[in-house]
Amino acid sequence: MTSTVESDCGGTGVALRMTGISKSFGPVQALSDVSFTVRGGTVHALVGENGAGKSTLVKILAGVYRPDKGSIEIHEKLYAFDKPEQALAIGVSMIYQDLDLAEHLTVAENVFLGNEPAGFLPFTVDYKAMVERTAELAESFNFDIDPAAVVSELSTGDCQVAAIIKALARKASIIVMDEPTSSLAETEVERLFEIVRRLRKSGISIIYISHRLEEIIGLADDVTVLRDGRVVHSESVTKLDIAQIIHYMVGRELTEFFPARDVKLGDVRVVVNNLSSDSRIRDISFDIRSGEIVGMAGLVGAGRTEVARAIFGVDKKASGSIVLDNAELSVNSPADAISNGIAFLTEDRKRTGLCLGLACSWNVTIASLGLLGMKRIINPARENKITADVGAQLSIKWLSPQAPVDSLSGGNQQKLLIARWLLAKSKFMIFDEPTRGIDVGAKKEVYSLLNRLAEEGKAILFISSELPELFGITDRILVMRRGRLVGNLRTGDTTQEEVMHLAAVEAN
Amino acid sequence: MGKFVRQLLPFGSLTLIFCILSALKPDTFLMTENFMNVLRRSSVNGIIAIGMTSIIISAGIDLSVGSMLALSGMAGAYAMVAIGGSDPQGGAVVIGTALGIVVGIVCGFLNGVLITKLKLQPFIVTLGTMSAFRGISYVWNNGQPYNVPSYKYLGEGIVLGIPISVVIFVIIIAMAGFLLKYSRLGRYTYAIGSNREAAFHAGVNVDRNLIYIYTFTGLLVGIAAMIATSRTVSAQPTAGIALELDIIAAVVIGGASLAGGRGTITGTIIGTLLISVLRNGCTLLGISTHIQLIVIGMIIILAVAVDQLAQTKTRELQA
Repeated sequence: MTSTVESDCGGTGVALRMTGISKSFGPVQALSDVSFTVRGGTVHALVGENGAGKSTLVKILAGVYRPDKGSIEIHEKLYAFDKPEQALAIGVSMIYQDLDLAEHLTVAENVFLGNEPAGFLPFTVDYKAMVERTAELAESFNFDIDPAAVVSELSTGDCQVAAIIKALARKASIIVMDEPTSSLAETEVERLFEIVRRLRKSGISIIYISHRLEEIIGLADDVTVLRDGRVVHSESVTKLDIAQIIHYMVGRELTEFFPARDVKLGDVRVVVNNLSSDSRIRDISFDIRSGEIVGMAGLVGAGRTEVARAIFGVDKKASGSIVLDNAELSVNSPADAISNGIAFLTEDRKRTGLCLGLACSWNVTIASLGLLGMKRIINPARENKITADVGAQLSIKWLSPQAPVDSLSGGNQQKLLIARWLLAKSKFMIFDEPTRGIDVGAKKEVYSLLNRLAEEGKAILFISSELPELFGITDRILVMRRGRLVGNLRTGDTTQEEVMHLAAVEAN
Repeated sequence: MGKFVRQLLPFGSLTLIFCILSALKPDTFLMTENFMNVLRRSSVNGIIAIGMTSIIISAGIDLSVGSMLALSGMAGAYAMVAIGGSDPQGGAVVIGTALGIVVGIVCGFLNGVLITKLKLQPFIVTLGTMSAFRGISYVWNNGQPYNVPSYKYLGEGIVLGIPISVVIFVIIIAMAGFLLKYSRLGRYTYAIGSNREAAFHAGVNVDRNLIYIYTFTGLLVGIAAMIATSRTVSAQPTAGIALELDIIAAVVIGGASLAGGRGTITGTIIGTLLISVLRNGCTLLGISTHIQLIVIGMIIILAVAVDQLAQTKTRELQA
């Protein structure tokens, strides 16, 4: 594929060749027949939408998953990894987004973690040698970092340098970087690029996963685009521009999957004015009409969830106002938000949604006990009846309303959480990635449900990382980038390419 | 089925120990007097254990209950002596009793406020207040107890043939059982313990509810403190040392999870009775208190181990 492409950066043959890789998780085919070749001493960008299979592919390379089919050749030798240590040993290092560093240890200790030089006495570690060798490594690549510094006191950029030195100490010849710039400040990004270029110069191959396409154009030699678990394109970056890459990423037809929408839009119900919060969102303003589904697109880390959190009173607002049905709300906690008729279906079902171990009925009624006339004393019979009714309405499959909520499938858990907000009589509903991690059938049900809620005149904000579903169900799409609202487009008048461009490319 | 299995072991052990003791010492163990004695002794621990149950369900812990018991008792008895002289009676006793309970409430409230407003772990906060409350109890009267020779009603009084302390215990069981199961506060207690973040996002005022729970426990400790004071007709600054461990043991044996979200009043009562009957039985059989400690230790570990096993099995059945 790309192995014939010449580059001025001095490729030294093929560093990695993955051929015919397939992998499925249960019924989900994550990768099918993927071939991926990386030349020695190059930066190879791996791009694709969420769920396209990038992570699965690099995890197979790192020995985290075993492929169902296919082969891996590294420096012309075939390998089959059973565990990550084996991949590490022959020079494949992963630098994950969360960096995997032990926070309370020093840089040197992290670099040699699990690999410490033995000290003079048994069971001791030669700390001095660790610091010296870390300093040597840092120096040979001209990295500026103190080997004796404790990781928790470093900036994110410095942590990344520490993780890179750790990889170098293991003699890595292929380094995978997963979204390395997503948590970096602007100045640190430039420094990281410089480091990546130095690594490339020394003959190391870098597989660079990023959503930020302008970075890729400036940094990478080659790019491979994945979509729905397949390679759709692989070429030298010099022959592509951002528009083409976006086209390859999203080029998918909308199907009959989404319910037909012909809801009459009513008056403006929700107005958000100049909303800012301490957590990086700035001056967000938009409105939503009765019956309108407004989508919110943006990359991971663009601040979409933070907008929802600020509206719902989870995060403190720094400034701005929220008006619902012509009345300005004072919301300082989720409790305030709920009593004012706002609902927030959070993106992380397990962490912020469900009380696992407790009954389904308890999880359904928790946000509306007062409304249901159970402000002080709960009537379990009535509660079960209410839960069973709303469950039937959404066709939730459970053994009984008293069954523990853990016993439900992901899709049914999600519907259960929607039931919670139905009972709370919410007028303004925020859905954050409501279809994440649920199967296709359940997704379809969630879309119909959203449609029905809109028909009832509710105002809906629908946050999603999947462009097809945003285009399939929304009336309008808001685009976030780096904490700001950079687009407010009528869904019918825009394209996935335009939205992706706004979300992923810095305006100059 | 899960719930049944969880309480089977403590209940089974209780029955078993009961049968063994009845067989070995029918003449002493099976006497009504002995039963009343066991129940009366259980009442102080049991009342506190009910509060501790609500705290543990909320995924918290209160290590300060033993010190709180001493402090409430000292405060109550001090008030009695200060108002009524060396042998306080009538009004002085009533005021003292009320004051002791109020001090318990204040202590619990303080724990709750420190935990929620300073966002500290309950273990740390109550470890601190455990030490501080104990210190205040010692300082109060230079390490000396307050004697209240006529303060016998709560400890020894009898209504309809049943000791007053047992009557109070039963009333509290009924009320707390109802609150935990049917009140919104009880429901929120389980929700907070199961997943605090999720409860918060569902509109539960987590801080306020936690303060309620710790204050409620303070109230119960205050009541237990006055019963304990009355039983010994004196308030000792050394009262309730290491009591928290017995209490936590009873709650855990009763099936509550220190991880939160799980536990019942019934279970806790069984756990409390189990420890009491065991102690009583060992005493009747002439087994030393040292051996008792070993037995109780093993029962705690066994109870939790079997409980976990039962949970894993239930989960496998569901999967």
